Amino acid sequence: MSGKDKIPIFPSRGAQTLMKGRLKGAQKGHSLLKKKADALQMRFRLILNKIIETKTLMGEVMKEAAFSLAEAKFTCGDINQVVLQNVTRAQIKVRTKKDNVAGVTLPVFESYQDGTDAYELAGLARGGQQLSKLKKNYHKAVVLLVELASLQTSFVTLDEVIKITNRRVNAIEHVIIPRIERTLAYIISELDELEREEFYRLKKIQDKKRIARSKKEKEEAQAVAEGKAALREYAVNNMLDEGDEDLLF
Amino acid sequence: MALHSARGKLVSVIGDEDTCVGFLLGGIGEINKNRHPNFMVVDKNTSVSEIEECFKRFVKRDDIDIILINQNLAEMIRHCIDSHTSPIPAVLEIPSKDHPYDASKDSILRRARGMFNPDDIH
Repeated sequence: MSGKDKIPIFPSRGAQTLMKGRLKGAQKGHSLLKKKADALQMRFRLILNKIIETKTLMGEVMKEAAFSLAEAKFTCGDINQVVLQNVTRAQIKVRTKKDNVAGVTLPVFESYQDGTDAYELAGLARGGQQLSKLKKNYHKAVVLLVELASLQTSFVTLDEVIKITNRRVNAIEHVIIPRIERTLAYIISELDELEREEFYRLKKIQDKKRIARSKKEKEEAQAVAEGKAALREYAVNNMLDEGDEDLLF
Repeated sequence: MALHSARGKLVSVIGDEDTCVGFLLGGIGEINKNRHPNFMVVDKNTSVSEIEECFKRFVKRDDIDIILINQNLAEMIRHCIDSHTSPIPAVLEIPSKDHPYDASKDSILRRARGMFNPDDIH
């Protein structure tokens, strides 16, 4: 984009007020978007910290859960196939809620219990205690993972929105506002030029008028002078005429 | 959306047998009307394309909100996971029993790299 571009508009007072309004609007929008970006950024950092925290915590929880699985296997024997074949309905489900940060909706997952435990009877013969511990551990892991998932979704969404907002802020700051300013400068210079032209025109007209007036005056004066001469001549003639009349025989 | 959120969504797992069994005991497993489970057990004989296909299927299903995947498997279909950019379903990489968690490989954390101190993740 060339640095000299401006909005194609006819330079007039009306356009100038319009541009001024637009400049005001752009500046207001810029400051608002800046605030939004800051708010999002703050939230983003918060979420990032939480993600890192939760990820490390997840490592611990998963380790514990895997260990309890090994324990359960040791006591109950191989339960893998039994568990894999007996799947019916999910006991833990996820609900989505919306959180609003500066006009951005973030999905928040929330796990909840739904229905009964499908593996109530698993480990009835032996290792029931280990199995219930295992269930508890994995339940904890699922809850933590759901939390992590909601953080992660927020992270992805916020990342996207922050990018867009920053792009907009930069576009307004570096493209739109300079363009409006250039247009305004152009309009002002054009208007000044018009004004100078107008002034010059007025001066010129005054000049013409003055010349015309002085010419007229001169003509009048000449006419008056001529008239006087004529009058004088006439008077002389008159006098002669009179003189003629006087000579009466 | 209200109707969707009223109905609970599922958590799905792609992982080795032990991971799947653990999470199923945790109570996330479900088989829908078409007898499609929401988990996938990956063993030695499972090919990468099968995992990839399964992952894509889970992403397409609208009753799944979260996909848990073992990190070593995620590593195999990394391009698939990287190309999945929409926030829902959320893809979470979890450590498996015989592969410790490596934070530097995580898609999300890789995106976040540079924004925080690398010493923060261990």
